[in-house]
Amino acid sequence: MNKLDIINKLAADLGLNQKIAKIAVDTIVDTIKKAIIDGERVEIRGFGSFTLRSYKGYKGRNPKSGEVVEVSPKRLPYFKVGKELKDMIWKG
Amino acid sequence: MTKIEIVASLYEKLGFSKRECANIVDAFFQTIKETLAKEENVKLSGFGNFIVKTKRARRGRNPQTGEEIKIAERKVLNFRLSQVFKEEINSK
Repeated sequence: MNKLDIINKLAADLGLNQKIAKIAVDTIVDTIKKAIIDGERVEIRGFGSFTLRSYKGYKGRNPKSGEVVEVSPKRLPYFKVGKELKDMIWKG
Repeated sequence: MTKIEIVASLYEKLGFSKRECANIVDAFFQTIKETLAKEENVKLSGFGNFIVKTKRARRGRNPQTGEEIKIAERKVLNFRLSQVFKEEINSK
């Protein structure tokens, strides 16, 4: 399922105009993205939480050529799955 | 950030009632959860993919007692960050 599928499902389930549903989905995703970029923790009960983690730079190796490469420090969001969703997936 | 702030930004964008905005946000996460529960992956372009992975059954050991235990096959949720989003975070 991709973004368009979600938009279509929301439009159908909630009786929304497709254009409105698209704006809604984009707004939700953009709002979460902005918070993560600002380093803010995002927590959605029953779904999960996103936290931004910082990683130090290190000397890595290209596994194919064996060449040593410098990996610069980076920040990556970490997603921790919420209990309810975890149980839903577990039980199918 | 929690759901409340996401509802607020939707409220600003759409001008619907807070109640309606809350329904949209809930339906958004519910749709993703139900899809993942069916073991179908969810792709949000520009954000990332939620992927259900099956972990094989394996034999584990209770580190405290040394007792061998069976760990059954289980499903876990993986979040794969979008390259675009990764660059957005680290270009700041």
